[in-house]
Amino acid sequence: MDGERDGSRPSGEPDERPRVHFRDYEHVLRMAGLFAFAIVLFLVWRAWAVPPDFGRYGHFRPGAITDAADRTPKYAGHELCIECHSDVEQARQGGGHAKIGCEACHGPLGRHARAETDQAPVRPSTRGVCVTCHTAGEGKPKSFPQVVLREHASAGPCTECHQAHKPGLT
Amino acid sequence: MIEDRRSFLRDTGRFLLLTGAASIAWEHVLAGTPDASPNYALTDHWWGMVIDIDTCIGCGNCVRACKAENDVPLEEGAFRTWVERYQVDTNDLDHPRVDSPNGGYDGFPELRSTGENVKVFFVPKLCNHCAHSPCVQVCPVGATFESPDGVVLVDKSYCIGCRYCVQACPYGCRFIDPRTMTADKCTLCYHRITKGLTTACCEACPTGARQLVDLKNPKDPVHEFIRTHAVHVLKPQMATGAKVYYNGLDGAVR
Repeated sequence: MDGERDGSRPSGEPDERPRVHFRDYEHVLRMAGLFAFAIVLFLVWRAWAVPPDFGRYGHFRPGAITDAADRTPKYAGHELCIECHSDVEQARQGGGHAKIGCEACHGPLGRHARAETDQAPVRPSTRGVCVTCHTAGEGKPKSFPQVVLREHASAGPCTECHQAHKPGLT
Repeated sequence: MIEDRRSFLRDTGRFLLLTGAASIAWEHVLAGTPDASPNYALTDHWWGMVIDIDTCIGCGNCVRACKAENDVPLEEGAFRTWVERYQVDTNDLDHPRVDSPNGGYDGFPELRSTGENVKVFFVPKLCNHCAHSPCVQVCPVGATFESPDGVVLVDKSYCIGCRYCVQACPYGCRFIDPRTMTADKCTLCYHRITKGLTTACCEACPTGARQLVDLKNPKDPVHEFIRTHAVHVLKPQMATGAKVYYNGLDGAVR
């Protein structure tokens, strides 16, 4: 059978060379070695690159949760404000502004609240901060106090007539 | 140094055994990643938000507070939260006019003429912190995920900025941060809520239209609110498990 296929060897003549299945097997070994090396290299790189706790909660790095939490708030929060400014908290009780966070009008004052800066907070301009909410506009609930600025009393600051922390005419 | 075969084998064996043991021990050391805050347990919370459309006045305080708190770029298109103004003609409910100039950052300009039968209302929007987020499903590198306390976060050190998540979000809540070219979105002020504070947008909202809620806390007033109000999430047909509940949401809102 072999002889018939191989033209160089006439049939009937005995093959004296030893039968070798993988005659040039060194090539294959070299190739396998190369593959093995690449796989080992990949595994080493992977072990180095992937954090050991990856996948603890899902397909992500749990350290990212800590990263997201690890920032300092810029808005101090109402509770921290009234620790010192309890007088203002008292003054505004019962008024329409009693439940508003201080920083809604005064802006982010986290650094001031944590005493990280000596700079005194800037008093908000009433024309800017009051008008933001109380200017008349479509879409605001009917019960919400609104004014048409052009028709409203004076051109001065709102605090001439109104008390900012407990609104209503003074 | 002269060494016989026995002592060589013994030393090698010890070395291998000890390295193995040390590496296992080290793995345990590393696995003990502390939770976000000393008194904060990830499994004790399930965060969401309630938004009351009826009390929103469209002042834009939440948008400004969010940008200030989270260093969001001031340019157009970069918003972690924004406010939309809807104008719905009662004769044509299917085609509402929606505007959101600079996301509501500067408030809303007065409407010239709305006509007799047009209703106007504001819809504050933010990441819905879906329990089954499409954005998380498409991320090819594990850079975005749902944390065990129900907040969808982005791992900026893993994000490759491929924008799949930006396209996948049905609510349009993501954008590419032009400074880092990575995906950015609302974190529900994760650095605040893990410290016991409310989010910056809720802190700054003058009418209490936005409320941070913890659905795992049985004492949270949200349970009472949801029980007594007709609340709705955006695009429920997408089955995203959205956790931003709107009270008084009009059917015209997309």
